[in-house]
Amino acid sequence: MTWLLVALVVGSTAIGEVAITRGMKQTGEIDDFRPGAWLRSLGRAFSNPWLMLGVGGMTVAFFSFLILVSHEDLSFSVPATAATVVAQTLGARFILRERVGVARWAGTLLVAAGVLLLRAA
Amino acid sequence: MKTRIILAVTVAESVAGNLALGHGMKLVGDLSKLPPLRMAVASVAALFNPWVALGVVLLIAWFLTYTTALSWADLSYVVPTTAIGYVITAILSYFLLHETLSPARWAGTVLIAAGVVLVARTDVTTTPCEVTSAAAETAVQLGHVAAEEGGAS
Repeated sequence: MTWLLVALVVGSTAIGEVAITRGMKQTGEIDDFRPGAWLRSLGRAFSNPWLMLGVGGMTVAFFSFLILVSHEDLSFSVPATAATVVAQTLGARFILRERVGVARWAGTLLVAAGVLLLRAA
Repeated sequence: MKTRIILAVTVAESVAGNLALGHGMKLVGDLSKLPPLRMAVASVAALFNPWVALGVVLLIAWFLTYTTALSWADLSYVVPTTAIGYVITAILSYFLLHETLSPARWAGTVLIAAGVVLVARTDVTTTPCEVTSAAAETAVQLGHVAAEEGGAS
């Protein structure tokens, strides 16, 4: 049960954010930050199917995390966040085809290791 | 520059939002021991605590700016760089809430900060924007139409 929930949190966050990124790249770069224009751009973006899938993924992630923390200590649950950072970067590399060079991989792994230390302590 | 500004706003919103939610929920009290129905009612009632409400508003704003940043920036850039929020939260809880930080926590904070610096030095965008190519095709088609109309007249 616990590991199923961890897998659900990591998987749905990674799928959700990869889908949101694809949806936003399809909608196009937002560069008008006047409140009305900004909200109109976002409104348009939210009708993109990838973005809807992304919001669905984030919702699943949120509730499965809530159930996880009600089951387990936070010091056990939050390292799942560290795995999420790596899963998102794998998704960005292999699904979104972003160029993840040595520096970006090294930085990402440092961040994941740091989150583990921060929460395991 | 645009990326740095929006990611700074994103991090500020998530740090402030989580602090407000955490503070508010401490005032509301522990809901986890309640039976399911009362827990559901109490969760909704918690939204009327001003701190919880502020936290929710900040997290909605966080989601909108985060989504905006992803309209041009790589996911593999945004995810590691916004982890600086962990560092800021650790520093704030040390100085403002006077929580003690163990050596392991300080080490974790330093690792995250180093990771953020490494990733922040890479290119913000490495994938072609699909809309730009679609817009370019439209422009070419419009050009053809304009040329044909120009020829007809």
